[in-house]
Amino acid sequence: MAAITENDGMMRAADGTPLKQALARATRMNKARAFLLTTPLLAFILVTFILPIGLMLFRSIDTPEVSAAFPKTLAILQEWDGNDLPGEDAYASFASEMQELASDRDTRSMISRAGTRLNYIQSGFRSLMNKTSRRIQRVEEPPFKEAFIKIDKRWGEADTWKTIRQAGSRYSTRAYLNALDLTTSPDGEIVAQPEIKQIYVTLFERTIWVSIGVTVACIALAYPISYLLATLPSGTSNLLMIFVLLPFWTSLLVRTTSWIVLLQTNGVINDILVWIGIVGDDSRIQMIYNMTGTFIAMTHILLPFMVLPLYSVMKTIPRDHMRAARSLGANPMIAFMRIYLPQTVAGVGAGSILVFILAIGYYITPALVGGQDGQLISNIIEYHMKKSLNWGLAAALGGILLAGVLALYWLYNRIVGISNMKLG
Amino acid sequence: MSAMKPSRLLIAGLAAIGLTTAAQAADTITVVSWGGAYTNSQVKAYHEPWIAKTGNKINSEDYNGGLAEVRAQVEAGNVTWDLVDVELADAVRGCDEGILEPMPLDELPAGSDGTPAKDDFIAGTLHECAVGEIVWSTVYSYDTTKVATKPTTIADFFDLKKIPGKRGLRKTAKVNLEWALMADGVPADKVYEVLATPAGIDRAFAKLDTIKNDVVWWEAGAQPPQLLADGEVVMTSAYNGRLFNAIVNEKKPFDIVWDGQVWDIDLWVMPKGSKNKAAAMDFVKFATDTDRLADQANYISYGPVRKSSFAKVAPAMQPHMPTAPVNFKNPLQNDFGFWADYGDELNERFNAWLAS
Repeated sequence: MAAITENDGMMRAADGTPLKQALARATRMNKARAFLLTTPLLAFILVTFILPIGLMLFRSIDTPEVSAAFPKTLAILQEWDGNDLPGEDAYASFASEMQELASDRDTRSMISRAGTRLNYIQSGFRSLMNKTSRRIQRVEEPPFKEAFIKIDKRWGEADTWKTIRQAGSRYSTRAYLNALDLTTSPDGEIVAQPEIKQIYVTLFERTIWVSIGVTVACIALAYPISYLLATLPSGTSNLLMIFVLLPFWTSLLVRTTSWIVLLQTNGVINDILVWIGIVGDDSRIQMIYNMTGTFIAMTHILLPFMVLPLYSVMKTIPRDHMRAARSLGANPMIAFMRIYLPQTVAGVGAGSILVFILAIGYYITPALVGGQDGQLISNIIEYHMKKSLNWGLAAALGGILLAGVLALYWLYNRIVGISNMKLG
Repeated sequence: MSAMKPSRLLIAGLAAIGLTTAAQAADTITVVSWGGAYTNSQVKAYHEPWIAKTGNKINSEDYNGGLAEVRAQVEAGNVTWDLVDVELADAVRGCDEGILEPMPLDELPAGSDGTPAKDDFIAGTLHECAVGEIVWSTVYSYDTTKVATKPTTIADFFDLKKIPGKRGLRKTAKVNLEWALMADGVPADKVYEVLATPAGIDRAFAKLDTIKNDVVWWEAGAQPPQLLADGEVVMTSAYNGRLFNAIVNEKKPFDIVWDGQVWDIDLWVMPKGSKNKAAAMDFVKFATDTDRLADQANYISYGPVRKSSFAKVAPAMQPHMPTAPVNFKNPLQNDFGFWADYGDELNERFNAWLAS
């Protein structure tokens, strides 16, 4: 009885501490233990997922090259009014910084890196920097201004120096501007890229439309399949399930390549069409290396992601519901629309969000079968990662894509509610 | 029985440790190249003799060109590639950016005729950070069974009236813009001069526009011979060695048009911080001597970069070399300096042009 009462009427545990406190301590310890169990997973996600994404996103605003190489010159350029050419002091400081960097093999690469950064803003800068850094070695006496202009007349143009000043900021949102088909003039105003260079906005729009299209096509194809799977006797439906799962387990690359075999101009489908006589031998249909190919292959590859959640939801709907609706006088259409369909919304939602998010970042399939007009934003990200090595721009494009997906997720949560999602 | 198990395990464990130490006594280097018929030629001509001679091992990996992996490895401080076969533009850029090791050019063996290495290598094939191996070329090829009139010049590639049908081109600005200008009448030695002007760029894209709807774009070197074999295109640009493999080894009815060939070189480079520097350098010296380079040309039709190797290439291979006089009539050397400067801008415009 000592556990229950003392004079103050407070409930107490065996050791005399108030029960509330003891309970809180016990739950805290339980919580801590539970948390401890999840720490390996947490650490894993942090190290392999959050951290790399964070580092990559940091690259999109990180532009240290020019400021690291020429800090003194940049300080002088900050004072410059930008009207005429910078003064001799800027040229002299630029020359001495270049000479110092070029004297050692390890620091010499800093000039090239700065040149690469500048080349993103103005083509031709890479060789201009390399050429200048080689030739300026031999110039020891002022006037440096004349010496620079003699090396290349671009050093006698104010815009060249404005570009350096612009690229000199330690952090910059330039990559995001470029990712939205914008750029800055030498004076720092934000302007649209020339029309012949605009590409990213078009690709973002195309990616979203393709993803929506693929999602809709997947719903249309997966709905009857899932219904069949959920309603057939288990022996038959298990067999059919294998047909859904087998491709799901097959390598993405193999499935994409099979579509090439099927769809190409001299492929199986065209051969059959010609053989039947629907199309002439000289007017075979172009079904691959364009948007059609991308669309067909992506729909096929993403289909299981729609079938599985739909199936698991449909499996739980008692068949009596439809029978009850029919017996109460609803015709099949009404019964389906008012009784069956609303119960499958959770599955459709889960499948759609899976398919849509996978589609929006799809890369290998469009790269292989997309040709010129079936390319998506991920292909251009890959291009900047692997070919042009403009990782800042790639990171900015990826960042925008990530933000877009998160926004859609948020929207989905507001409209449908994430707790209504059933994944299996 | 159960008492036996730990001791057996122990023995097995000890044996395993013994095996690993034995393996570590010999070096294993990772050599990265472009895969397919090209890597095979390197394995036969360079890897196998070197392994036989030194007892070291080679881990051969494939990649698709570019410096992305090298840069990622160097920046992360975890360099797993020891040698990479790269194009000249990438060798120069990587060296400038400081992600490649300098090469010991003085230690390269002299030619078999005694010429010092720096005179034996063709001009421009030795670089501060890179040692040249082969001369290769981008040419175009057609299926002799599919065309009525045989194309002979680079202008024919752009002539839809003369030869109708789809064409294959690599999905990049490089080579395509040069070809467009050459087909439009710009002589080879003026191509880069014209391409450096805004009017020249417009002219090249305008010429490409004329065939845009009939182009199938490829990315990996193994694709174009396949496109041609599948009948997906009537002609396609391709690397000459891949075509040689299709024509000579696979007996495909293709023919090569050498007019307007754009030639380039491939070189060995070493990512900065390679863990097997000594063994890898030894491999470079071994693989770029006169006999190895000549032998490599027996397996694929890429020309050796050493003058002393020319004469040692098998006579049967000579007519397939990009540098054979009969093929080398209107060649253009890929200008890496031009592409280092204008590559970003032109590819950006090329991508936009493709997507529009």
